Amino acid sequence: MRTLRLPWQLAAWGALSGRERRRRLLNVTMFGLTTLAAALTVLPLLLILGHLLRTGLAAVEPSLFVRGPAPPGQSGGGIAHALVGSALMVGTAAVVGIPVAVGVGLFLHENRRRAAADAVRFLADVMNGLPSIVVGLFVWATVVLRMGHFSGLAGALALALILLPLVLRTTEEMLRLVPRELYEGALALGAPGWRATLAVVLPAARSGILTGALVGLARVAGETAPLLFTALGSHFLTWRLDRPMSAVPLQIFVYATGPYPEWHRQAWAAALVLLGFVLLVNVAARFLIRPPDR
Amino acid sequence: MHVETPRPVPPVTGAPRVDTPVVLEAVHFSFWYGATQALKNISLRIPERRVTALIGPSGCGKSTFLRSINRMNELLPRTRHSGDILFHGQSIYRPEQDVVQLRRRIGMVFQRPNPFPKSIFDNVAFGVRVNGLARHRTELEGIVERSLRAAALWDEVADRLHDSALRLSGGQQQRLCIARALAVEPEVLLMDEPASALDPVATQKIEELIYSLKERYTIVIVTHNMQQAARVSDYTGFFLLGELIEFGRTEDLFTNPHDERTEAYITGRFG
Repeated sequence: MRTLRLPWQLAAWGALSGRERRRRLLNVTMFGLTTLAAALTVLPLLLILGHLLRTGLAAVEPSLFVRGPAPPGQSGGGIAHALVGSALMVGTAAVVGIPVAVGVGLFLHENRRRAAADAVRFLADVMNGLPSIVVGLFVWATVVLRMGHFSGLAGALALALILLPLVLRTTEEMLRLVPRELYEGALALGAPGWRATLAVVLPAARSGILTGALVGLARVAGETAPLLFTALGSHFLTWRLDRPMSAVPLQIFVYATGPYPEWHRQAWAAALVLLGFVLLVNVAARFLIRPPDR
Repeated sequence: MHVETPRPVPPVTGAPRVDTPVVLEAVHFSFWYGATQALKNISLRIPERRVTALIGPSGCGKSTFLRSINRMNELLPRTRHSGDILFHGQSIYRPEQDVVQLRRRIGMVFQRPNPFPKSIFDNVAFGVRVNGLARHRTELEGIVERSLRAAALWDEVADRLHDSALRLSGGQQQRLCIARALAVEPEVLLMDEPASALDPVATQKIEELIYSLKERYTIVIVTHNMQQAARVSDYTGFFLLGELIEFGRTEDLFTNPHDERTEAYITGRFG
């Protein structure tokens, strides 16, 4: 850790030339500005976390995790139905989205010098920038209208569509980071190209891909917009994906905009739970980045 | 399959008389990366069960030539070649040549040890499994042990075969890579500066290993270390700017070079 001494506190300050003094002053100024920028970046997160802890922590009690909603206006109740809904939909999105994303990532890696890969990569980037509410509308038009009702499955598909471009790009990046010598080493042993990729390169990139998938899952777990007219939300606990379903962010939206103080309390608590989950996943992902077997 | 037909070796200018059958032969072989010509009209013969060293300054084409022998270069975009390389008298570029099969018969050890991020056992077993060379587990274990013994690594790893290969030292990793190459029973072993990333003790072990391996394998080794070439090889080729300047018995080339550029290089006047 370097300690910053102000330039004029240096013993030799008086002996320095004007040019030297200017250089040191500039150094201190720039160091100060970049530190300020860093602080401004971290500050909002700390403020959010602090506020959530202050307002939400009091409402985080065991019943929050095991009870469904209480009748409007009454106290008690919880968000168990939203937790179950989030887990089911995010889980389904993972099962549907991650294998496809890894497959496309492999396709991009294998065909990296072909125009097809450039096209797919570009479209994935466009898809990544798609407003999530548009994804929700798309799933509403294609799935919800056709099925005739809102469902957790439609919500999961919307989440999978958001997850797909995220995980596919990290997969490609992670495959690209695997040293070429590993691929060539496998070829030199008489392995066909596909075998070298699947048996050597993909496992070598495994922890990175897993990390990308986890971060992607944490991101979609907090999505509200794509669920609004797909999963819709529900006041009842259900395990059936063909029914309308609640999710934690949806529940926060409903409770926060509702008229009852008890709902507001629980919205803060749910927000804290959601944020805690996202932080937890990010910390877990950080540990996964370490290379395997070391 | 290996056909035991000793090819008559006509006295080409600069070509040494070889006392064993020719396994690999380059015939007016040239190679380009895009517009850059990396190899110019290389012709040489590599004899069976001998160590052939390729020396020369950086960028002289010796590694390119080595990587042409198992067709590893063509993975790069915009490469092309002219002339030919013959393996047991047959072109490695002929259309019906299966390149995967070619690479099984011509193994390769790379400059930087490149063990897979798997266990020691799985590293050696990889090629065996890929090529379906073992019918059952016991046979596979036998092959793994034999290969590790042949690479002089068995005694150091026998009790930790299922540890990660990445935990081994650099020298051990390189011997593991040699064991891995031997496990698929190649005829030729290509070594691309196999000791350049290793310390002197590990280097010496690799050199002793090369010396023992030539009883069974044809070895082509690229090295920028002339002492190493002189110590381990029977034949030496000197490359300069993409050309093969001189090729001959190692002792002849080092004691009585025909070309003044060879002499200048081995006496350390450039390079």
